[in-house]
Amino acid sequence: MNIKLRDPNIIMKLSRLGSFHQSRLSFLRSFLSEFKDWEYKKDLFNLDENGYGIAVYSFTKKDRVYSLICFANKINDEERSDRVIATKWDAAFTLHDGIPTKKDIQRLKNEVPKQEVGRLSYKELTLSRANKSVRIFDHVVESLSKGLQPNSDLLEKVGYLYRTTAVYGSGKFGLADRFRIKDREEINGPFRLEMMLVYLVRQFTFDQVNHVAKNKNPKTAVNLDPKICKNLGIGNSTGLGMAPFIVNHPTLLNNWILCRETALKEIRELKKVNSKEINLFKECVRKSIKNITSWNTESEYQLYKIKYLLKDVRKFLNFIENEFNFQKEHPFNSLYLWLEKETCDECIEYIVSLMMEPFGEIVQPLIREMSSDEDKYFDIPSDRTVGDLRSIIEKKYSNILNIDFEQKKNYKKFWFISKNKEEPRLADRFEEEGSELEQPLAIARDIKKLYNKLLSKNKSLKMNKFLFDNSELRHVIRRAFIIEKFPYSEIQDNTISESLVPIDMLRLKLSFFGALKFDPRSDKWLRICMFQGAPLPNELKYFDEQWVYN
Amino acid sequence: MKSLSEIETTSKRASRAVGFSWGIAEEVAKGVRLLELFGLPGIKNLNQYYSLINKKKFENLSIIKKNNKPKKLFFCPIFLGVSILDQIKTLEILKKINFKKIKYPILLLPFLSRCSNIIGKKILFRFENNTFILNFNLNILSNLKKKEFPSVAKKVEIIFLENKDSFTEKEWKKLYKLSENTFVEETESLKKGAAGAGLTDND
Repeated sequence: MNIKLRDPNIIMKLSRLGSFHQSRLSFLRSFLSEFKDWEYKKDLFNLDENGYGIAVYSFTKKDRVYSLICFANKINDEERSDRVIATKWDAAFTLHDGIPTKKDIQRLKNEVPKQEVGRLSYKELTLSRANKSVRIFDHVVESLSKGLQPNSDLLEKVGYLYRTTAVYGSGKFGLADRFRIKDREEINGPFRLEMMLVYLVRQFTFDQVNHVAKNKNPKTAVNLDPKICKNLGIGNSTGLGMAPFIVNHPTLLNNWILCRETALKEIRELKKVNSKEINLFKECVRKSIKNITSWNTESEYQLYKIKYLLKDVRKFLNFIENEFNFQKEHPFNSLYLWLEKETCDECIEYIVSLMMEPFGEIVQPLIREMSSDEDKYFDIPSDRTVGDLRSIIEKKYSNILNIDFEQKKNYKKFWFISKNKEEPRLADRFEEEGSELEQPLAIARDIKKLYNKLLSKNKSLKMNKFLFDNSELRHVIRRAFIIEKFPYSEIQDNTISESLVPIDMLRLKLSFFGALKFDPRSDKWLRICMFQGAPLPNELKYFDEQWVYN
Repeated sequence: MKSLSEIETTSKRASRAVGFSWGIAEEVAKGVRLLELFGLPGIKNLNQYYSLINKKKFENLSIIKKNNKPKKLFFCPIFLGVSILDQIKTLEILKKINFKKIKYPILLLPFLSRCSNIIGKKILFRFENNTFILNFNLNILSNLKKKEFPSVAKKVEIIFLENKDSFTEKEWKKLYKLSENTFVEETESLKKGAAGAGLTDND
């Protein structure tokens, strides 16, 4: 049986992309698999009784060492903000390439806490900062110092002691460029070092909370139960900064989605599956219900999605446990077709993620295909013709061509970079100033403009001649030739429409990171949790691959 | 030290800010990144050029021919670079093209470097006494010794070098002979047994 890859015109719609969930392909899970046999160490832990100071953690294998350097600082409550406009944080972190010298630590002590206005060097790989969830952190310190474990319900509800508000890499603020490290085998997967930073930060938060409790009452204090630690992750507040990334990296986006689609296709094509695989799949679906019922949010938008997800997952569970016969041929294809017919988008994508759980041999090789050498596809093939380009657009952007950009609602918004914070923002072009400085993120509108221009030109005209008079469309001409080779490289939706829900763009990216429990705080930012339930560093060697559902 | 990622992003935004389209700004940014990667003063010269661009006008060229001369002013290295890049497959046939008066010729180098990669040939870029060889977008060789890169190229030649060896047949044979000292002379027994196929394969 040959199953076709799913249609990009359906999958690349924002509402669908905004329904994606973590899976075995997610970067934080592939990071854990890659680094499970690395030696983990706490190299330095020099904090005062209040938990302020410096700590260093490392992962080592042979001659390679990655060190997380943590700077924990005192800040006042009124200075604590998750927004990108903040200038102080409870803790700041950088991942250093190698073992840092005293001189390195001294240099970084002056720069890392300043974050965006500090300067890093090629020896640093990633940069981040985080704030305490004060309510939780204080409660945990209080309980531990009295010799008690904290209230598990409260901890489960929040899910973390700290939340990061940005994680930077790839050359930002002087950090090492990707090209310097891209050939290292252990980071042959997107965002692997960002994931390492977050994972080690998680351990720092446990060590810090234990340390503060111990200093508060050395006689009675106990350490946080490792089982509780395991159920805590790292929170993250994410705003619009992430959204343009998926537009600006078309081949990378393609590779992420293509790997997911290829995994699904190969699983659907399996003629027979064994009982071990069936049981693991059923168990993951069953256990995953807890992930949905413990998903806390006040967002009506998300609550609505969760309600229908829960209803449909229960319906699916009932179907596979009581009605479906896994012994028939191509069982996962039948299941997928049933999902399409019977459940909502959120549930379809949720189960697609779960379908990958029993099939590591299908998923694992795909992880190495998720990076992209973007420069390779940058040049426009200028000897191609207007006819070629028209045909590509008609085939690959057919839904986009149906959008009427004469209607105000279809070009109401514009993306710009804030002068104050150099961060992407979204505004109403009819009510705010600045649309003349719009960023090139309105791909649908510009593709349609390009298509209309092409219609008036001779089909045999070469691109090198067309480009000369149409330089303002050069950026989308490049993209159209990219999508010809990379079918999932483009969001098949209007990113400047009145009805745009930007968090759909964020959720797509965060699902590939491996985030859980999306908690939208508005249509432009959300909170998530990473590594909740993940093995602790001392458990990495033999951890359960399905930890997400335990 | 600024990272190449910062150099690319800032160059792109600055190029857009002086009036280039986003698509051309992307080309410039890739070019400045390449220059800085190769240790050439891309940022410095881009800055100098952009401080002139609002005060003076520069010429564009849509169709590039064997000999190209601006009507009155200097050629803009960016528009010229983009035009050469877009037309490179037809220009290659000309083997050599000439230009008069290009401002900030260093900004043309990354476009030629990428052209070299596209056509799979080295490109020689020469003006006045300065020579550059663009090697398949892998590196740029130059005889320029002065720190300051000339801000003007008056008489420019771009030559598409045919792929040929840089050594003589005699030099090659000499080296090959030396390499033969790693081979084993085959005995009759080795002839029979050491290869995969038989001595005769008429089946």
